[in-house]
Amino acid sequence: MESNKFVVGLWDHEEVYLHAIAHIRAKGIEIYESLTPFPVHGLEDALGYRQTRLHRAAFIFGATGTTLALTFMTWVMTYNYPLNVGGKPYWPLPSFIPITFELTVLFSAWGMTLTYLVRNKLWPGRVPPIFDKRTTDDRFALVFDAGKLTEDELNSIRSICKTEGAVEVKDKVFAENEGL
Amino acid sequence: MHAYESEFREPLINGLDKNYTKITDDLVAPTERITPMWLIATLITGAGACFFVFCLTWTVWFGIGTWGLNKTIGWAWDITNFVWWIGIGHAGTLISAILLLFRQRFRTGINRAAEAMTIFAVICAGMFPIFHMGRVWDAPFIFPIPNTRGPVWVNFNSPLLWDVFAISTYFSVSLLFWYSGLMPDFGTIRDRSKGKMRRWTYNILSFGWQGTAKQWQRFESLSLVLAGLSTPLVLSVHTIVSFDFATSVIPGWHTTIFPPYFVAGAIFSGFAMVETLMLISRKMFSLEDYITINHIESMNKIIVLTGSIVGIAYLTELFIAWYSGFMYEQFAFYNRILGKYFWAYTIMMTCNVVTPQFYWIKSIRRNLYWTFALSIFVNIGMWFERFVIIVTSLADDYLPSSWNYFSPTWVDWGIYLGSISVFLFLFLLFSRFFPTIAIAEVKAIFRISSEVAKVERAKAANSSTANNGGFVGLQAIGPLNKDDKN
Repeated sequence: MESNKFVVGLWDHEEVYLHAIAHIRAKGIEIYESLTPFPVHGLEDALGYRQTRLHRAAFIFGATGTTLALTFMTWVMTYNYPLNVGGKPYWPLPSFIPITFELTVLFSAWGMTLTYLVRNKLWPGRVPPIFDKRTTDDRFALVFDAGKLTEDELNSIRSICKTEGAVEVKDKVFAENEGL
Repeated sequence: MHAYESEFREPLINGLDKNYTKITDDLVAPTERITPMWLIATLITGAGACFFVFCLTWTVWFGIGTWGLNKTIGWAWDITNFVWWIGIGHAGTLISAILLLFRQRFRTGINRAAEAMTIFAVICAGMFPIFHMGRVWDAPFIFPIPNTRGPVWVNFNSPLLWDVFAISTYFSVSLLFWYSGLMPDFGTIRDRSKGKMRRWTYNILSFGWQGTAKQWQRFESLSLVLAGLSTPLVLSVHTIVSFDFATSVIPGWHTTIFPPYFVAGAIFSGFAMVETLMLISRKMFSLEDYITINHIESMNKIIVLTGSIVGIAYLTELFIAWYSGFMYEQFAFYNRILGKYFWAYTIMMTCNVVTPQFYWIKSIRRNLYWTFALSIFVNIGMWFERFVIIVTSLADDYLPSSWNYFSPTWVDWGIYLGSISVFLFLFLLFSRFFPTIAIAEVKAIFRISSEVAKVERAKAANSSTANNGGFVGLQAIGPLNKDDKN
């Protein structure tokens, strides 16, 4: 966060909220952040976010797992320590399938989850900026960065929020070392 | 805007007083108070968990000879319990992953607890093969780790090794799925907590969750992909468990029907355990509005389906044993039905094939007492299924002079009952400190499937049809769900 002063509009119904976002964005007002208590259907489209590329990470990690499993087992069974197991072939591809599958899933799941945590800036002990405590309960919030706006512009944002059905509009100023 | 849902479907969130605030209050409430019932249950199961640790220590100290195993029957209660617990775990993934892919909204009320159940069941399951090794300190060598003996690697041809990979992957992926869903709900608890210590703790647990639109977007992508990965994973896990038996040359084990039969059995027993636990916890934590009779009926339908699949598998197995004309296979099945373990076979058939058929009757599917009793029957029946497969096939092998009988010792009993205590103990801790129902996910279906939303939509429809020549299409839904006030 560059600035520490924000205007926060709070809604209590997601449909009103989604309409409000569309109207506010149509007026060319920049929305700094949008917070909701649950994933609201259609929110990222309303905000004009592009699709997440997280699933590509999952694919790449999964492919890594597949390759690693197959190469490692091939290396062990044909080169490092070839072992005759009940007369079976030294390179029993069908026997490799279960472990290859499991490692694909393992790498994909862990890789994607870790990418998710990094991209979402989530880690144990992180102190998030809390604009309003009710945004994880029953309020849908739009946050506007007050740092680079004049008081007139802020007043117009406040009144637009009100006319768009916000149940409350408030200012949030973060202290120097604001905790939880 | 929302996905369409037929107005004739029963609501998944009951109560006309519900709104987002009330949902948060109701679902966080169990983490904010200690009830005497919870305390007593936790102390009893905690004592049982201590006895479990004691019995395992006894086993390691004096060796596997303290169990009832003998030279003929080298796998008995340990592997029975292992397969039983793994099977129980499967319902959690089924509910959270497969029902997510199929867009079944009833999963939201039960997925969190079922996933927790998966994790605790897999913990219990894992104990049995590890301690069955005897020299438990050598357990790390089940993984292909570099060593100074060659290095001699593990045998990649062996289904027992595949099992190591399957179970450990299953455990860790289930943990990720469960925990990634918990983070937003921990955020909810943090933001309504008063005490500084409590806020701090739940903030650590929530990883600093905020609930921004971008976080939710990635959250949804993550849960969808994890569901997509977990679905084949869960099917692979029990398939590989069944390979442990199916790839051997023991009559009664060496059958190609095992993978689908084991997977259906796993889902069957898992749903029964979910019901056993959810019926208790919905009462204990007053969650009747969120885990409705509708949820229970849906689960019962899955139980009757998977129970029937299991029944067909039993009959197919019998038929193929006869039809194969293979003497040893025929003997194994003849011996199961009429041999010295006939009682185990009878219990298995009764509890798994006969009693679940009561669920064809709607009033029984929707009756809590019947459901609870039948879920216990299924739990018992599925334990006996594994016992029948494992012990009766081994007891009378190819060599009549080595035929033997398995009798459990007190250590076998202690470890088995102890593992149930560990499971219940972990579940009780979970339900006291973690949100048992996925708060955010329940809120996400509130505008679609709650009683409030349905009544609102019915009113809107009626007021618009009043100007429409008196068409009364949707008035039929008037008394929503009035017969289900138990």
